Amino acid sequence: MLKVENMNVYYGSIHAVKNVSFEVAQGEIVTLIGANGAGKSTILKTVSGLLRSKGGKISFMGEDISSYETYKLAQKGLSHVPEGRRIFQQLVVEENLEMGGYIQTKEKNKDTVQDVYRHFPRVKERKRQIAGTLSGGEQQMLALGRSMMCLPRLVMMDEPSMGLAPVLVQQIFDIIRELNKAGVTILLVEQNARMALSVAHRGYVLETGKIAMQADAKDLLNNNEVKKAYLGG
Amino acid sequence: MMTLVYLMINGLQIGSIYSLVALGYSMVYGIVKLVNFAHGDVIMVGAYTTWYLVSRFSVPAWIAALVSVAVCSVLGMLIEKIAYKPLRKSGRLSLLVTAIGVSLLLQNAMQLLFSANPRMFTNIFTGTMTIGERQFSNATAATIAVSVVIMAGLTLLVKKTKIGKAMRTVSEDNETAQLMGINVNHTISFTFALGSGLAAVGAVFYCCSYSQIQPTMGSMLGLKAFVAAVLGGIGSLPGAMTGGLCIGIAESLTKGYVSSQLTDAVVFGILIVVLLVKPSGIFGRPHNEKV
Ligand SMILES: Nc1ncnc2c1ncn2[C@@H]1O[C@H](COP(=O)(O)OP(=O)(O)O)[C@@H](O)[C@H]1O
Ligand SMILES: [Mg+2]
Repeated sequence: MLKVENMNVYYGSIHAVKNVSFEVAQGEIVTLIGANGAGKSTILKTVSGLLRSKGGKISFMGEDISSYETYKLAQKGLSHVPEGRRIFQQLVVEENLEMGGYIQTKEKNKDTVQDVYRHFPRVKERKRQIAGTLSGGEQQMLALGRSMMCLPRLVMMDEPSMGLAPVLVQQIFDIIRELNKAGVTILLVEQNARMALSVAHRGYVLETGKIAMQADAKDLLNNNEVKKAYLGG
Repeated sequence: MMTLVYLMINGLQIGSIYSLVALGYSMVYGIVKLVNFAHGDVIMVGAYTTWYLVSRFSVPAWIAALVSVAVCSVLGMLIEKIAYKPLRKSGRLSLLVTAIGVSLLLQNAMQLLFSANPRMFTNIFTGTMTIGERQFSNATAATIAVSVVIMAGLTLLVKKTKIGKAMRTVSEDNETAQLMGINVNHTISFTFALGSGLAAVGAVFYCCSYSQIQPTMGSMLGLKAFVAAVLGGIGSLPGAMTGGLCIGIAESLTKGYVSSQLTDAVVFGILIVVLLVKPSGIFGRPHNEKV
């Protein structure tokens, strides 16, 4: 469904992503794990067209999207939940969801909002609140809910568990599983490797901008190198 | 006591004009973080357009006013497309310098076309009305009434419509707005068109009360409206409206009770006090300045 070939991204003279290739098939949860600064967010931003790869090719549903403008990708069914949630702090919760469904019709949004509220009852309780007043966990749920609003085929999530209490982390990962069961393909970027690998089907390990390893998530969980470097022994 | 009422009415009139212009500064600042120094000169273009159509072609005044709104909207969009858009990633200072350049360009172009001599602008709203024992021109009433309607409409537009919500999201977080599928270029163009259109409305009303136009007229009017925007909290629409009215009333009271020589000093004095006491302005949000 998503295929990245030979992605190279530079910040000035810093070569942040080095010849990265990976693939996500329909129905999968694929995770991209790696330490802080490995290049995970850069990869997602490049898929979204916020940054550009030098050479290489990004295809989504068989279409070359390497040069697409960012705003067109939502229409294609590609959704990106950015690092740090980035909800619209000054809008109320409901409006945030509405903006998530910007490319959809009002009627569609009415249905999808009910779906989102079913997954996230907390968000429903707070729908008239200014989004900036939500707690970190609620903001993350809102960010996930917002990304569901465009009825995506593939959701890319950038560290959804960042800064959350363990209970909430568990909740977020449960929801990721539910979404996937409902037919959404997921590309999950995480520093929390244990959680990510436990929910994913396959994983890629990113080290300083390069793919160092790729395997089924189960195998990565049992791999000694991965254990040592990412799972705390 | 009645004097105070009269002064307030005059203050509301000029204040409404400042508000209309300040809205343009504020909206544009909100969305591209640029103090658009050419905004004042867009007012001037609006004034000349109306004047030209009325005096040369005897076009009915209200049609001339509508045409200048259209002209200014297109001009605002073009300025953004040609001058600012290519610099969107180059930092605020380059943008600011470019804005000053555009301002000078517009002033000089107008001097070339119509010379630097002031032109007389005939009042569109003839006739007067009596309030208490003083006469006010119909222009006063029209300015205040139309401004109120426009500001209410604008508030609705920004709060309720799809494009208005897009404006707010792009202002808050341009990248995430794009991820939602919002075309940021269109949204920015629309904002410039809207702000410039409001400036043209302000221009027409300004001309009605001051009856004289010249190529540099936009500088002072623009600067005062900018002070109004800062006073209200730049980026905030209720702020721009309130700031404009406050500045207008302050000016009028100074004229009435102190001296008409001192009005400009008072306006810029207000700016200094605001910057010292509450730089984010009345409605400003100090915490949301993005890094
Ligand atoms: N805007 C930027 N300018 C310069 N360097 C950057 C920028 N963003 C990220 N980097 C660098 O690129 C590398 C990868 O960053 P990032 O993709 O954010 O990593 P991750 O998401 O895996 O933590 C890091 O070395 C980081 O310092
Ligand atoms: Mg990151």
